[in-house]
Amino acid sequence: MAQRTTLRLTALASAVLLVTACGSGGSGGSGGTTGGGGGAAPALEGRGEITLATGKDTSNNMQKLSDEWNAAHPNEKVRLVELPDSADGQRQQMIQNAQVKSDAYTVLNMDVVWTAEFAANRWVVELPRDQFDLNNFLKPAVATAEYRDKLYAVPVYSDGGLLYYRKDLLEKAGVQPPKTWDELTSACQKVKALPEAASIGCYGGQFDKYEGLTVNFDESVNSAGGSIVDGSGKPTVDTPQAKAGLDKLVNGFASGQIPQKAITFKEEDGRRAFQAGELLFMRQWPYQWALASKTDGSSQVAGKFDVAPLPGNGSGPGVSSLGGHNFAISAFAKNKATALDFIKFFTSEAAERSNLLATSQAPTRTNLYDDAELNKQFPYLKTLKESILSAKPRPKAVRYGDVTSAIQEAAYAALTKNKDSATALKELQAKLQDLLK
Amino acid sequence: MTTPARRGGRAAGEAGRLAALLLSPTFIVLGLVVGYPLVAALRESLYRSGQTVDADGFVVQGDQFVGVDNYTGMFSGPAAARFWNAFGNTTFFTVTTVAAEVVIGVAMALVMHQALRWRGLVRASILVPWAIPTAVSAILWQWIFQADGVANALIGNQILWTTEGWHAKFAVMIADVWKTAPFVGLLVLAGLQVIPRDVYEAARVDGASPARQFWSITLPLVRPVLVVAVLFRVLDSLRMFDLPFVLIGNRKESVETLTMLAWDEASNLRFGPAAAYATILFVYIAVVAFVFVKLLGADVIGEARDRGRQARERRPKPLPQAEVVPA
Repeated sequence: MAQRTTLRLTALASAVLLVTACGSGGSGGSGGTTGGGGGAAPALEGRGEITLATGKDTSNNMQKLSDEWNAAHPNEKVRLVELPDSADGQRQQMIQNAQVKSDAYTVLNMDVVWTAEFAANRWVVELPRDQFDLNNFLKPAVATAEYRDKLYAVPVYSDGGLLYYRKDLLEKAGVQPPKTWDELTSACQKVKALPEAASIGCYGGQFDKYEGLTVNFDESVNSAGGSIVDGSGKPTVDTPQAKAGLDKLVNGFASGQIPQKAITFKEEDGRRAFQAGELLFMRQWPYQWALASKTDGSSQVAGKFDVAPLPGNGSGPGVSSLGGHNFAISAFAKNKATALDFIKFFTSEAAERSNLLATSQAPTRTNLYDDAELNKQFPYLKTLKESILSAKPRPKAVRYGDVTSAIQEAAYAALTKNKDSATALKELQAKLQDLLK
Repeated sequence: MTTPARRGGRAAGEAGRLAALLLSPTFIVLGLVVGYPLVAALRESLYRSGQTVDADGFVVQGDQFVGVDNYTGMFSGPAAARFWNAFGNTTFFTVTTVAAEVVIGVAMALVMHQALRWRGLVRASILVPWAIPTAVSAILWQWIFQADGVANALIGNQILWTTEGWHAKFAVMIADVWKTAPFVGLLVLAGLQVIPRDVYEAARVDGASPARQFWSITLPLVRPVLVVAVLFRVLDSLRMFDLPFVLIGNRKESVETLTMLAWDEASNLRFGPAAAYATILFVYIAVVAFVFVKLLGADVIGEARDRGRQARERRPKPLPQAEVVPA
């Protein structure tokens, strides 16, 4: 008896399931009629309320700018949607949203390395290039917003690597800030001859197995005259130049020039080490400047450091990887015309200036880097401009997650001596060939 | 169904129907949150999507039915080594951490059981690790295990715990045992408290040593509870994700578990293979649970069933409530 009831219940439950499944399928289908076309940039239509999906607005400046926009556009208000803290979490939310073709997010604040994936999957729409004064933007930053020569986003924040160095110690040892890796090595030896700096580590970067390792590996390879991919997007890591770049780091670890523990460094671990005075040179993003300059006791090196462009490997200057964020428009959103105007507003000179002042995130408009007033407040701007202008983007790949994993795998194996650098690079070349077909 | 009178039978039938009606919301919710995802994952694991790019650089849309390819790709080909490594890690972590947790948990329970003063305080403080979310405890342990952290200061040696190698496995095991031994301890304590005191008194009169008392009285009597605790822990351990992910990091071979593998595939938009990994893990967990229940007699709801049976034997009328409990 009880059994029969259970049976009937199961039938009921599955019937309910069926109904809900059909329901969700139906609404998903009807929402998905606004896919972007493949040919010329489709017209962006529709005006009304929009949203901006972004990581945490820590400085509150996004809200401030949005309030300004809302005051001027009472019928086209923008609402901030804050996504998880981690970049992975943000990407996941945006992808989930795209997969159910939801119109919940209009403008997407995307990491520079996501452009290819989002464009190739038609999750973001092509933007009309002629509507933006892209000539006034940093060229490498604009390149991160393009996929197959079409524009899919507009750069809002940029980022480049800088060589932080201990000004006080270099002066005492009587050496100039290094321009090449060899100069860096000899400068470090001279500094280590000083009694107070005998045990200081020469160089640090981000070498744990995560995105930071891809950034550091790419910079090493590019600085040595190599490249990860060539102009046509084919991988080129099985070359003498790439090996020279990787070997620089491998030998750095072997000789103790890079402290052993740097293999566990992400940005913050490295920053703590630099602030504790454990490192003479360090590859780091601009955000460290403000934190290492704090005089509340958290930093031992406040006022004792400066920045230079990354050192080259060989005769030329170093090449940074590009960081930063671009704004794109979701393919499934309504009110795309409003979204386009909002992006124009957010990338205007006034907005970027206020962003820099509030968040110290690097702007994407070239002329702000030469502004005397801003340079007074952010003395690293001139160096950062140099760094970004000569920077190279990380490989543009539809399957970027797999590409960066392969790079991390190879670089980590070489740095931890599990493989010699030639084998690691040969295997990486084979993997990338498969991924970048 | 043999003896009861017709009236009793009908009454029981009505009560059963009422019970089923009252329980139906639960069944529907279970169907929605357990049944549907299972079926959906199974279906997903037979498809592949978005793996090719057309001439214009756009990803070819649509799901492609690939049959069991996602499963065969797991056991052979380039991904096999990664799968078996993750499978090995998952099993290794489960066996070692659960073993350690049982030993430490039982010890904790014995201490808590003996403690007469401050018992509440001791119990509460032992439970703190269990109350901390795993991701948070992983971050705490990350500070302990970082290059210039407490762990290295204690042993006076610089071990880079979060790099690949046995030390990474060891770090995960320590953090996991720290967090979950209290859970075993608390369940075992509950088991200890129902053992009658007079059994021990009799043993003492017979001159049994404390060790003998532990092996011959405490352990056998606490066994049903202990087996259930171990079962819960094993099922939990097989799904281990956040601790190695946060403490050591993604894609580190030494600590990659099956759930991390499935997560990584999904985050790279290979939902088919990800669903296949998740399904294999589900089967693995189901087999382990089955073996536990059959071989070790872990019977989570057994007592209730027994009580029901006894009640029925004593009285001719079946108790509808007792019938319902096992379901």
